[in-house]
Amino acid sequence: MKEAEIRRLLAANLLCVFTIVLTAVVPAFFWDGFTILGTHLAWLCICSVCVSTLNIILHLVLKPNLTPKRSSFAHKISRFLKCCIYFFMSCILFHAIIVLYGAPLIESVTETFLFAVLLSTFTTLQCLCMLGPNIQAWIRVFSKNGAMSIWESSLQITTICSILGAWFGAFPIPLDWDRPWQVWPISCSLGATFGYMAGLIIAPLWIHWNRKQLTYKSR
Amino acid sequence: MQRWPVLLFLAWVCFLFFAGIGLFMSGFLLTRIELASSSSCSDPFVPPSWERQSLPPGSCWAPQRFSKAVLVIIDALRFEFAHFNPAKASPRPYENKLSFLHHLVTSQPRHARLYRFRADPPTATMQRIKGLTTGSLPTFIDVGSNFATYAIQEDNLLAQLVQNGRRVIFMGDDTWEGLFPKKFFRSYFFPSFNVKDLHTVDDGILQHLYPTVDSGEWDMLIAHFLGVDHCGHKHGPDHAEMAKKLTQMNEMLRSLVEHLGNDTLLLVAGDHGMTETGDHGGDSEKEVNAALFVYSKTPLFGTGPPEEPEAVAQVNLVPTVALLLGVPIPYSNIGEVMAELFSGDGDAVSAALQQLLVYHINAKQVDRFLHSYSLVAQDLPAEQLQHLQDLFSGAVEEHAQLLAQVQRPTLVPPELESRLGSLIGRFQLYLREARAVCTQSWARFHPLRMVGGCTLIAASCLLCYMASELATASDSFYRSCLLYPLLWGLVVAVLLGLAHAFTQNGLDLLLVSSWAAAASQLGFFWHWWGWHPKRARLVGSQPPLANVSLRQRLQAWLQLAFPMGILLFRCGAMFSDSFVVAEARVAPFLLASLVMLLIGKLHWDGRLTVPEGPKQQLLGFSSYRREIWYLLCLVAMLLVCVRLSSFFHQCREEIPQCRPSLFLSPLASLRNTRAKNLFYLLCVALLAGLVCAVRSWLRHYGNLNSSDPLVLFVRWGFPLVVLCIACYWAVASSADDSLGKLQELVQVAVVAFPWAVYGLASVGLLLLLCNPMTVFAKDTRESAGSIVTPYLGVPSSEVDFLHVIPQIYKRMQESQKSCLERGGCRATVAAYGLGSVYSAALVIALTLLGFLLMLLHSERLSLAFLLLFLEAFVLLHIHTRARGLAGDAEPFSVPWYAVISWLLAASQFFYSTGHQPIFPAIHWNAAFVGFHLDHSTNLLPAVLVGANTFASHILFAVSCPLLLLWPFVCEMPSSQRKKPKKEPREELQEVEEHMMEMRLRESPEKFSIALLQLGLKYLFVLGTQLLACVCAAMILRRHLMVWKVFAPKFLFESLGFVVSSICLLLGISLVMRVDCAVSTWFSQLQLR
Ligand SMILES: [Zn+2]
Ligand SMILES: [Zn+2]
Repeated sequence: MKEAEIRRLLAANLLCVFTIVLTAVVPAFFWDGFTILGTHLAWLCICSVCVSTLNIILHLVLKPNLTPKRSSFAHKISRFLKCCIYFFMSCILFHAIIVLYGAPLIESVTETFLFAVLLSTFTTLQCLCMLGPNIQAWIRVFSKNGAMSIWESSLQITTICSILGAWFGAFPIPLDWDRPWQVWPISCSLGATFGYMAGLIIAPLWIHWNRKQLTYKSR
Repeated sequence: MQRWPVLLFLAWVCFLFFAGIGLFMSGFLLTRIELASSSSCSDPFVPPSWERQSLPPGSCWAPQRFSKAVLVIIDALRFEFAHFNPAKASPRPYENKLSFLHHLVTSQPRHARLYRFRADPPTATMQRIKGLTTGSLPTFIDVGSNFATYAIQEDNLLAQLVQNGRRVIFMGDDTWEGLFPKKFFRSYFFPSFNVKDLHTVDDGILQHLYPTVDSGEWDMLIAHFLGVDHCGHKHGPDHAEMAKKLTQMNEMLRSLVEHLGNDTLLLVAGDHGMTETGDHGGDSEKEVNAALFVYSKTPLFGTGPPEEPEAVAQVNLVPTVALLLGVPIPYSNIGEVMAELFSGDGDAVSAALQQLLVYHINAKQVDRFLHSYSLVAQDLPAEQLQHLQDLFSGAVEEHAQLLAQVQRPTLVPPELESRLGSLIGRFQLYLREARAVCTQSWARFHPLRMVGGCTLIAASCLLCYMASELATASDSFYRSCLLYPLLWGLVVAVLLGLAHAFTQNGLDLLLVSSWAAAASQLGFFWHWWGWHPKRARLVGSQPPLANVSLRQRLQAWLQLAFPMGILLFRCGAMFSDSFVVAEARVAPFLLASLVMLLIGKLHWDGRLTVPEGPKQQLLGFSSYRREIWYLLCLVAMLLVCVRLSSFFHQCREEIPQCRPSLFLSPLASLRNTRAKNLFYLLCVALLAGLVCAVRSWLRHYGNLNSSDPLVLFVRWGFPLVVLCIACYWAVASSADDSLGKLQELVQVAVVAFPWAVYGLASVGLLLLLCNPMTVFAKDTRESAGSIVTPYLGVPSSEVDFLHVIPQIYKRMQESQKSCLERGGCRATVAAYGLGSVYSAALVIALTLLGFLLMLLHSERLSLAFLLLFLEAFVLLHIHTRARGLAGDAEPFSVPWYAVISWLLAASQFFYSTGHQPIFPAIHWNAAFVGFHLDHSTNLLPAVLVGANTFASHILFAVSCPLLLLWPFVCEMPSSQRKKPKKEPREELQEVEEHMMEMRLRESPEKFSIALLQLGLKYLFVLGTQLLACVCAAMILRRHLMVWKVFAPKFLFESLGFVVSSICLLLGISLVMRVDCAVSTWFSQLQLR
């Protein structure tokens, strides 16, 4: 059972990684002059949209958390709206935090906001898919021994990795190398993306290696 | 409580660091004093017998040989680049490219010559330009009249040319613009900053060079090409680009020579060489070995070139060019003329006489310089100066004799020639020895001292860490970790002193102190080794602690990794020039990350979720939740503070697109009156707000009730200080307006108000020292207890107390008297403000210091200071809450993250008070707050400017003990939560709950150790940053940016360390002073 689930997780994560790689490559065929660095904002949009659609589809297909009770259609709608609001709020929150960390306040607002959207896609959207608009559950997952399934462990790892990646991505900005990728927010968004991809790959492996220690409490 | 050992220990550690800094600095930073004098045409330097021969018009000191000169500086032209070896079969990319020079030398041997041009370290372009124009050996710090600009203040070749009416045209590297403002007749500057750009400067010069040469409207033309140097930095010398660049230079020289006239001297020089990687700055052979090429269309030399090109010191260019062009040699020149350029066309004797003349002038000038230099500075050794003096006077005397004999033709030519030759040799010897003496003390790194200083600092850091981990209050700790090491150090110092006394050498205090420091460190480690096993055995006797498993130890290390990782990032950032330049953004980034990580870690450990379990949920659910929200709000506030502080940044020239903050300029410079008034009102209102906040804080903790002079000062003196500052700002910001008759009054007021603030603040600090108790004691005899119980907190009816204080005070005295008469009866004493007596004293001191420092800054920077106080307050609260939520068992030890965040905030506010670690960014006008434009000594302005520069270091270091005290001050809410109130012994518990800082008094030993540990941790973190700076300066001393970025950073960091450590000691001793006062207060109570 566990092995099979890990394999499913690995497949899903690899699909995610593959999608991100595709978002970098495929648009160039349809759109002349598309590069990640040159038309960064477009790539940010494409990447966010693709990753979120894929995540939602995967969530619908795999159903990692079995909702205990059947709910009405209205309930589902309200749940969906709540998710949207949460996502938007998380974008705003990320934007605020990024600005507080030193991003320009007025110039390049679009860049900063799209970067916040990307980060939200990598972190909040996953949480919303996995846990729904339930803050208590989020708080539980992101604490020691809080994860209750391998999906939640994977969520922990990918979220932490993307945020760490974005954090490390800020490091090359002050260097005087004059590279195109040092422009705000390219290095940070690339860092977040690489962090996310690394998290996606690390998560199944880590779970596989630690499967003896990982014993999940039942709800 | 052991007060003196703690202070002594900290002072000793500070001394260890200081010795390390001093040792490193003496090896790394070479200093020299700039003389303000300059040579003039009328200086009597020409030997008497020559005076009769009138000089040709336009000549000073010696006859002019050329009316024009072209100086082509090819940056980083190594000798190997210019040398041409036709025998070479397969030349490297940089070899055999300047073939035109070789062509000139071989085809016109008496017109052209190539020299090895020996540059003096430091081989950085700016220092070399200084050397090439002043004829001196510029060091990193040329202590001159003005730090604020890079402009050359010393007498130099360009100044002499301009002074004598010559037109100087410059084209090329814009470094010259800063060095010689307004000296050029015409100039074409091109940006030199971008090292990646190989062509802008060179192409710009080539565009203007030939038309300018042809126009003939110049006397000296300087062209400074940068392409070769930039190519070296970008690609290294062994690269095809370098071949292209050198070929371009070759073509440039070829066409330049075609454009030259017969009366023109051409000099092609490299300012320094480059290493195999294309860098320069140090003193290795490849960096020092540049090329010099001399050419003119009229014959220059008496003989053909020697086999192997001669080596010429770089400073020799200045006197040579000066005398060839007929202008005086710059005052501070220590170079020697290149005599073969003066030989002319005559026979051997007249050529030798001509050479002797220039040598004579040169020697006299050097002698005059050495004499005046030895009057102002002592860094040249006296006995060597005496020796030089003897050499000089001997040679001059013989020259006079010889000249007299030449007049009367008694000597036969061969004998005359040999005597002339030997005399030339004596002059040369004198000049060379003089230069050697100067080089010895100005232009040499001392690697051994640098490594020694580095090691001392590193060992001190290690010592701090170890001592902070194992400090205990036991006597054996102080004996083996303080007393014995001190004795070791003392013994070594005395031994060295004796050795010096016997060998009669001058006592080098720095060396002695660093040896003593090293010895005492060794002593510490030795005794620590001996003492440690004992402790281990003690621990070993307790079985559960004995075998700490590997996993636990690993976990302890991981715990440490969280704050230390941030510190490591900070230290690593010191090794990159970009990060040092961008440090104003790095420090806040790391601070924000540290706090976020702290929150993340708390959450990860499950401290931020509401505890499960039915019992607590009933009682503490809501308060706990409130606590968490409070913490999150605090973090948000901190982030906002950090972000806001970036509005006060100063710029440095490395970031061209940066605009300095508007708030840095004084209000007086604002044109818009309305904006001026608004800003003024805002500043004053916020200042008043600060006073209100401090007073309400004190009142909240009951420290504002007594009628001690200190409390009265806080009540009335603080507003008065604010009033004075406001008046000063008003006067200073409107000083420019034409006030007519009031002008004199304004002049007085501008001085009087700052002095009033100085006076009031020092009165306040004195009061604080004399009686730091802000406790109001009240005798209540209703409930007669046998022991003294301090009741702490807020008096119920605040306003009543203000009116009845004197009466109560009287009544108290009476009751005490009656008590004494009755004997044995002791009343319960209620003491207001005892629980925060330590912090109250610190807060008062900090406020006073804050006023002083705000006065030294421009008006609108007071906003930055308020932000500083707010951020410090928020940080303290975050620290307290985080501790409360983490539930640490040890209340007496301050965690590492708190200390590191405190220091990060300190360096963040160094930048946010408008400072940068570069000399032009220093706020020099701070020296004139309260003074008209004169200072009798240098000490006072240095103190004022230093206080201005290190304001945030001072405030954060003094307030460091608050990190220990604050959790005790704020302890009430958390303890209330824990204790349900339905127990019978309610009253007793109440008392216990409100102990606050008196918990520290309960266990004085622990208190003193806690202070010691806090001080050591602070010094450790400071020291680690310093160590990173020192290592960066040492390792990167060849780096392009060493004199622009790393060396100033090191200097500011080490000065900041000195200031911080002294202020830390002051802060801790203030706490000790309060503790003394509290002790006497208690003993007096006991006596009654
Ligand atoms: Zn150079
Ligand atoms: Zn260079």
